[in-house]
Amino acid sequence: MDTSGAVIDRTDQSGLDDVLVLKDLVLRFRGQENDVVDGVSLTVRKGEVLCVVGESGCGKSVTAMALMGLLPKESARISSGNLTIGVDHFDLSKDALPNEMRGNTVAMIFQEPMTSLNPAFRIGDQIGEAVLRHRGGTRAEALARAEEMLTRVGIANPSQRLHEYPHQLSGGMRQRVMIAMALANDPSILIADEPTTALDVTIQAQILDLIRDLRDETGMGTIMITHDLGVVAEIADSVAVMYGGQVVEQGPVAEVFNNPQHPYTIGLMSAMPRLDQPGGRLAIVPGTVPTIANMPEGCRFRSRCAFATPTCASRPALADIADGHAVACHYAPLEDHVAVSA
Amino acid sequence: MKNDVILEAVDVVKHFGDGGGWLSRSPVVQAVDGVSLQVRRGETFAIVGESGCGKSTLARLLLRLLTPTSGKVMFDGHEISGTKGAALKKLRGDMQFIFQDPFSSLNPRMTIGKLVGEPLEVHAPDLSAQERRDKVAELLRKVGLRPEHAGRYPHEFSGGQRQRIGIARALASGPKLVIGDEPVSALDVSVQAQVINLLGDLSRDLGLTLVIIAHDLGVIRHMSDRVAVMYLGRIVESGPTAEVYAKPRHPYTQALLASIPSMGGKPEDHKANVLGEMPSPSAPPPGCRFHTRCPFAQAKCKTDTPVLSAAESDDHRVACHFWDTLDTSAPLAATTQQSKAAEARFALYRAATEGGTVTHKTQQTTERT
Repeated sequence: MDTSGAVIDRTDQSGLDDVLVLKDLVLRFRGQENDVVDGVSLTVRKGEVLCVVGESGCGKSVTAMALMGLLPKESARISSGNLTIGVDHFDLSKDALPNEMRGNTVAMIFQEPMTSLNPAFRIGDQIGEAVLRHRGGTRAEALARAEEMLTRVGIANPSQRLHEYPHQLSGGMRQRVMIAMALANDPSILIADEPTTALDVTIQAQILDLIRDLRDETGMGTIMITHDLGVVAEIADSVAVMYGGQVVEQGPVAEVFNNPQHPYTIGLMSAMPRLDQPGGRLAIVPGTVPTIANMPEGCRFRSRCAFATPTCASRPALADIADGHAVACHYAPLEDHVAVSA
Repeated sequence: MKNDVILEAVDVVKHFGDGGGWLSRSPVVQAVDGVSLQVRRGETFAIVGESGCGKSTLARLLLRLLTPTSGKVMFDGHEISGTKGAALKKLRGDMQFIFQDPFSSLNPRMTIGKLVGEPLEVHAPDLSAQERRDKVAELLRKVGLRPEHAGRYPHEFSGGQRQRIGIARALASGPKLVIGDEPVSALDVSVQAQVINLLGDLSRDLGLTLVIIAHDLGVIRHMSDRVAVMYLGRIVESGPTAEVYAKPRHPYTQALLASIPSMGGKPEDHKANVLGEMPSPSAPPPGCRFHTRCPFAQAKCKTDTPVLSAAESDDHRVACHFWDTLDTSAPLAATTQQSKAAEARFALYRAATEGGTVTHKTQQTTERT
């Protein structure tokens, strides 16, 4: 996409409900030969949870960090990327999200709540800081807001917890505190990077419930980064599957899971041990993810794809195959294009 | 004792800490509190539970990396709690361990050949250098690596490959039993499947007994023959995996199974039904330790400790006062409703990755519009 200034015009009026639109993000780390994020476009609607799913190194977290403007300028170079949040437009290759919006309109929570909370400050002061920073007011008002938020995220005894330190809380409670802090300023977008990965399964279920309830309450749009297809099925409205810095398939979650098209999506789903299909050998995705420097040209999955041909050296476009369901594969749907004999 | 039992724990207790001294007030952590279990020769036995339930401590007790506070552990008919010297060295050769983190468990300054050969130096000291190299090459092949990898260092390998190296190392002494503490949980899904398949193949081909400690219920369902569910240092339910998953009898097992986010389930099915969080093992609640989070808890649960006893069958045991009055409607989510075309696609994928020949119907594929 070609842009001439920091502020771009919004030409399409198709999605009035879109709270966040990212177009064609391309990002490279200093000293690397290849783009880590290669043309990623995402759209989040009001009240919708978009899950970005993929394995380590697929660029999902980097995409989120780039959205938030959390990548240091000197090490990450964004060569293209247009971000629209509500009515504001940003050209990420020129400037990052302004500080007034970060933590205010767009909030983020992280995987490991222990390392994202400051161990030296009380919970109340940490939540209060976010409120004071963006809304002003007195310390007492900020603390009152903090207490209200703790109640909202389901922490018992909020007035007492305000005065405790992070080490006095369990992992699940810390994540609740992170969520309280993120939502203290009523953001319109929440970016959650693997928010439940460090938690036990019963606590994970509680946190997913909480995010779902808060979403219903506030109508915020949510981008959830995860590697767990189960979590995606649980909470997402739509899903984007990433591999090697590219979105290979995206669409409404039911459509993608019931009718997966990209060989990588199919491979991921087959590789997951299922409760309802025990025993036997799991189908695998052969090999491992190449390093960024060794990513093949064209379709980046082709070095691990059983169906790859020389055609795959040209990059397949992310094209619609059904309403809102898009896939980037030359051979989709597979059953029409290939046959396998033993 | 039945001779098909290879490893047995009898009322094993492990408490950490001494209750504090003059200046400190450190509480006793009751990590494992009265666990009895039997692992049969050749089976895959799984221990599942959330963090802090004592499953890793139990694994270390079974391996005699820790000495129990009370109770005993029997391996191959001998008590191993007090083993020392040469007998312990022999025992270490018979029982091996696979660690969770393939990054911190391999010495970065040793080559793969040295890492895998090291256990051989201890357990087969009479091998010549050439024999040892051959054995290392054979072990590397066995776990799906190439013999020429022996000259490389751990940082040159991916997580999945490092876990294979860890497995090769564990197999070097020719163990009868391998205990894996979260052997696949640090790996990505696609790589995890490769390692799960490898462990399955090895246990079958070598007649290994596997004990897998894990928190991922899908992995356990897939790998294990029998399973024990732990909560706060005690086993709350044990039995054949298929039976425990189909008819969970303990409210905690039911909650665990209901909490798994799975493909194809509707969100409503998964509303979290366990209240709050696990209490600290330094101050476990009296009676049934689960009663503080149990939606069915009654007065009796707060005072009387339930005993693990036969429920559905002799082999399916549960520690709950009221297991026979609870509703056990299977909490498993329905399978996905995949279209015929999608099923065909999955079949194609499996066939292709398992060595089938792929032919393209349209050689010159046109770009889709």
